Amino acid sequence: MRLASTIIISMALAISVMTPLQAKQGKGGSDVRQYMLDNGLKILVKEDHRAPVVVSQIWYKVGSSYEYNGVTGVSHVLEHMMFKGTKTLGPNEFSKIIAANGGRENAFTGKDYTAYFQTLHKDRLEVSMRLEADRMHNLSLRQEDFAKEVNVVKEERRLRTEDKPTSLTYEQFIATAFQSSPYHHPIIGWMDDLESMQLEDLQHWYERWYSPSNATLVIVGDVKADHVYRLAKKYFGPIPDVKIKPVKPQRETKQRGERRIKVRAQAEVPYLLMGYKVPVLTTAKDANEVYALEVMAGVLDGGSSARLAKELVRGKQIAVSAGAGYNMYDRINNLFLFDGRPATGHSIDVLEKEIRSQVERLHTTLATKDELDRIKAQVVASKVYELDSVFYQGMQIGTLETVGLDHKLLDEYVSRIRAVTPEQIQAVAKKYLINEGLTVAILEPENTKKEVAVKQEKDNSGANNAK
Amino acid sequence: MRNKLIVLLSLLIVSSIGVAGPKIENWQTKNGAKVFYVNAPELPIVDLRMVFDAGSARDADKPGLASLTNSLLDEGTGELSVDQIAEQFEGIGARFGASSLRDMAVTSLRSLNDKAVLDKALDLFSNVVAKPNFPEKSFQRNRKSMLVGLQVASQRPNSIASKAFYKQVFAEHPYAIDGSGTEASLTAMTRQDVVDFHKRYYVAKNAVIAIVGAVSRAQAEQLAERLTSGLVAGEAAPTLAKVKALSAPVMKRVNHPSQQTHILVGQPGMHRGDPDYTTLYVGNHILGGSGLVSRLSDKVREQRGLAYSVYSYFSPMREDGPFTMGMQTKNSQADDALALLKKVLKEYVDKGPTEDELKRSKQNITGGFALRVDSNKKIIEYVAMIGFYGLPLDYLDTFNAKVEAVTVEKIKDAFKRRVHPDKLVTIMVGGDK
Repeated sequence: MRLASTIIISMALAISVMTPLQAKQGKGGSDVRQYMLDNGLKILVKEDHRAPVVVSQIWYKVGSSYEYNGVTGVSHVLEHMMFKGTKTLGPNEFSKIIAANGGRENAFTGKDYTAYFQTLHKDRLEVSMRLEADRMHNLSLRQEDFAKEVNVVKEERRLRTEDKPTSLTYEQFIATAFQSSPYHHPIIGWMDDLESMQLEDLQHWYERWYSPSNATLVIVGDVKADHVYRLAKKYFGPIPDVKIKPVKPQRETKQRGERRIKVRAQAEVPYLLMGYKVPVLTTAKDANEVYALEVMAGVLDGGSSARLAKELVRGKQIAVSAGAGYNMYDRINNLFLFDGRPATGHSIDVLEKEIRSQVERLHTTLATKDELDRIKAQVVASKVYELDSVFYQGMQIGTLETVGLDHKLLDEYVSRIRAVTPEQIQAVAKKYLINEGLTVAILEPENTKKEVAVKQEKDNSGANNAK
Repeated sequence: MRNKLIVLLSLLIVSSIGVAGPKIENWQTKNGAKVFYVNAPELPIVDLRMVFDAGSARDADKPGLASLTNSLLDEGTGELSVDQIAEQFEGIGARFGASSLRDMAVTSLRSLNDKAVLDKALDLFSNVVAKPNFPEKSFQRNRKSMLVGLQVASQRPNSIASKAFYKQVFAEHPYAIDGSGTEASLTAMTRQDVVDFHKRYYVAKNAVIAIVGAVSRAQAEQLAERLTSGLVAGEAAPTLAKVKALSAPVMKRVNHPSQQTHILVGQPGMHRGDPDYTTLYVGNHILGGSGLVSRLSDKVREQRGLAYSVYSYFSPMREDGPFTMGMQTKNSQADDALALLKKVLKEYVDKGPTEDELKRSKQNITGGFALRVDSNKKIIEYVAMIGFYGLPLDYLDTFNAKVEAVTVEKIKDAFKRRVHPDKLVTIMVGGDK
């Protein structure tokens, strides 16, 4: 068993959206107790008495999609600095106290949220409440700590992005697909913005967004809801609310035709990304469209029996991997994504053509009953499986609330998915999977070793060259 | 003062009540597979793991064979094609999984416990594991896919470093083999190799079954019989050779066009059931196994800002698995960072932890015990591990007491005997300054 370091994760940098259905169906509304403090802090408690543990997560409505040019990455750097002490705690003392109480903790920053969590024995919940309330309004941002921590973040960027050709491709791809939308920015920030970041940028960001009325406290585990409420009131209640100036809409300007980029990077294997602009639950005029897109992602990539694995990876064997994904719980319009790596002897062009013909098929042919039945069976089972993780249940509740959706929507998920018809899937395919809203990115390996490998494979298999 | 004492006492009582692990029951199937079962009635779910001693340590002169065999299990069985297997699992919402490590070949199933659903899932699972027919077409495809995987790995400095590290630490031992194979071995591999490997190692006497879920003992017994009915009894895999200690330090630099240099430092460490297990585990927890509060993280990340991730860990395996320290940093400061990493280790081996460090680590480990077993998923991983390595069934129940018994002196003694700063393998993969 590996006991590696705890890592401050930036969710969604990994293209985790590529597993569409498994990750997000939900239960978790009706048995959630909801409270609101006078200062605007929302508290959501889900009791789960299976094991004597509790997870406590605090979600702030701020992330890279709240940022603008020049300060990209500031949400994530601030997340790191939240471990550097308060008026009464020294650097890293937060983590030391949680550890000494048998807890595990971390934090993550996404496009739409910054969240902090602790998992503890149920008797220690109060410790996490006390510390989390403290750093909500007493953070000490010190130049000395910042100077070191921003270097840690730059190393994180090198690790996650600079030295990972597929991540580099994804970053350029997203920045091409979105022009005026803040989804343009990488979550971790552009290196240049990290280089020029100042302590005052963080101070400003902290003062602007870290406020009770801009946060949601989510507690799941072996607790009594009313007890949680009393604790929350004791520790978070006295924190004065700072009125939040709402983020500007920054809606994406209308795309007027297909966009294509090449990303040349030190790599061995080419990689393809394609994304179509689509609505999400917060923006859709008709929520049915969103659920239809969700099922469409399942038709394409809802397991090993779905179309991309069955037809592109196994049937025609033109891809070693191919995926599709859609995240209906984003805050603003995002992409319906495809990605893939060609099999040896097949070019990236062939892979793109095959994905395009999959899109074409969605336009012209209805999904079958068998396909939809399988997706629905998986959704029903997953809804039960996810009860095995208190952390995941908290994640779902926190995500929805933080993008401005009611967590009770999780209760509707299964019935909404079940109600999706083949005609609705075809309709959203025709409406949204169109070239006007398409962005394509191709990773072109810059490596002499690759030519050698391709040539050898050609000699072995007699298949067509990739170039 | 007095009140405080009472509070403290009550906390102690709470934590000592909370230490019992799940109750594990154990028996053998008719054809000799070992079964380990935990009743978990709270959720209508059944988790199964069938683990074979068939990891890459069994690859011998065909690196990649264990992994390729494992990846081909669900590609065809009896009348069913790969597509039909996928459709049938997914049509009932069951999740089949297969993965291959150095010691273990793991197969897993998660299903709802509804009788009709579970029956179907079990039929599929047992056939896929015991009677795969390894279609030639699938063999060729997965083999090619593994070759592409090698190319992808060769663009990742962490993969390059890890392969080089195992090769240097384990030299002639089977643990030196990288399970993803080599271009030469994969190119030369045949379908018959896979058939033979499966026939030899995917047998009842080489299997451990873990069952966790909402099934009774009687149901679990039937279930285990059904799972293994298609397996021949066979023989357990032979004992692996002992891992030899390193006789001299090794330093290896690999040039790679990356901005960061990935550094791995280590040596052979310890095995499952090792008499020093708990002492080394707690000792390492302080050194580099406790995330942001470990000594390594404090010296390298907190105080110097040199790396995002810095850690150390023991990987106890059937035989001595590696002790590994690792980090990544921009090329220009890699040499400094390496020197610091080694300095921290040397100091730790020489002087051991402080009493305060030990106290905090013990509090973290024992106080967090409940978190180790708070889901069926985590429980089945422990149960399969306990079964596979033949650890005592009360492994989890005695865990906290053993941790409490560790002292600073014991850690110093164990690290002095087991960790040798003058004979470390050092791997650095990165670009020019």
